[in-house]
Amino acid sequence: MAAPVKNDSEIRYLNPVAVDVKKKKYCRFKKSGIKYIDYKDGEFLKKFLNEQGKILPRRLTGTSQKYQKKVAQAVKRARHLAILPFVTDLMK
Amino acid sequence: MNNYETVFIATPVLSEVQLEELFGKFQGVITENGGQIVNAEAWGLKKLAYAIQKKTTGYYFLIEFTGEGSLIETLEKQYRRDERVIRFLSFRQDKDAVAYSIKRRNKLAGKVTTEEAPAAAEAEVEPVAVEEA
Repeated sequence: MAAPVKNDSEIRYLNPVAVDVKKKKYCRFKKSGIKYIDYKDGEFLKKFLNEQGKILPRRLTGTSQKYQKKVAQAVKRARHLAILPFVTDLMK
Repeated sequence: MNNYETVFIATPVLSEVQLEELFGKFQGVITENGGQIVNAEAWGLKKLAYAIQKKTTGYYFLIEFTGEGSLIETLEKQYRRDERVIRFLSFRQDKDAVAYSIKRRNKLAGKVTTEEAPAAAEAEVEPVAVEEA
């Protein structure tokens, strides 16, 4: 009965086995129940921009499609009103 | 009838009186064309994220109102004709935006009253604080 356990411990791998558990991404708007994304709050919108001021893709932020559209809309409004820059270097 | 929100940026060279007059003018445009003002805010002088017409700062004004869609056309025409306005944005608020703006207004109103209360309390002790406020 104890033999298989012993065998398991004797197995040696050349490369370490990838055991990192991926942290599941989630949509922060769905989670916290935010319905409307305000274009006036530039600091909040910066969370969805990279350093050049580009909008980050959904696959990085985890935002659901429904809210990604709203984020994009808000960012574009903020850019028009000079609350956020269109292009920049090292925003943060 | 729809809910609308409009923001415009005025040039930073204007005096206090001129700004007041400008803000009043556009509120007038809305009310004269069958609109009803829900909320009007002056955000004051703010730094622009990029230069507009070679200006790096501007006075921001926000007006929320209800009215017919045709009103927007007249309002934006007035914005374009006025050289003091360097940028404007107007859009229809959807139901979530309306709910958000009501919440935001209440929050701001609450803030003002709570700020006023300590200020009033401080006034008895320190008259200097009132002058700053």
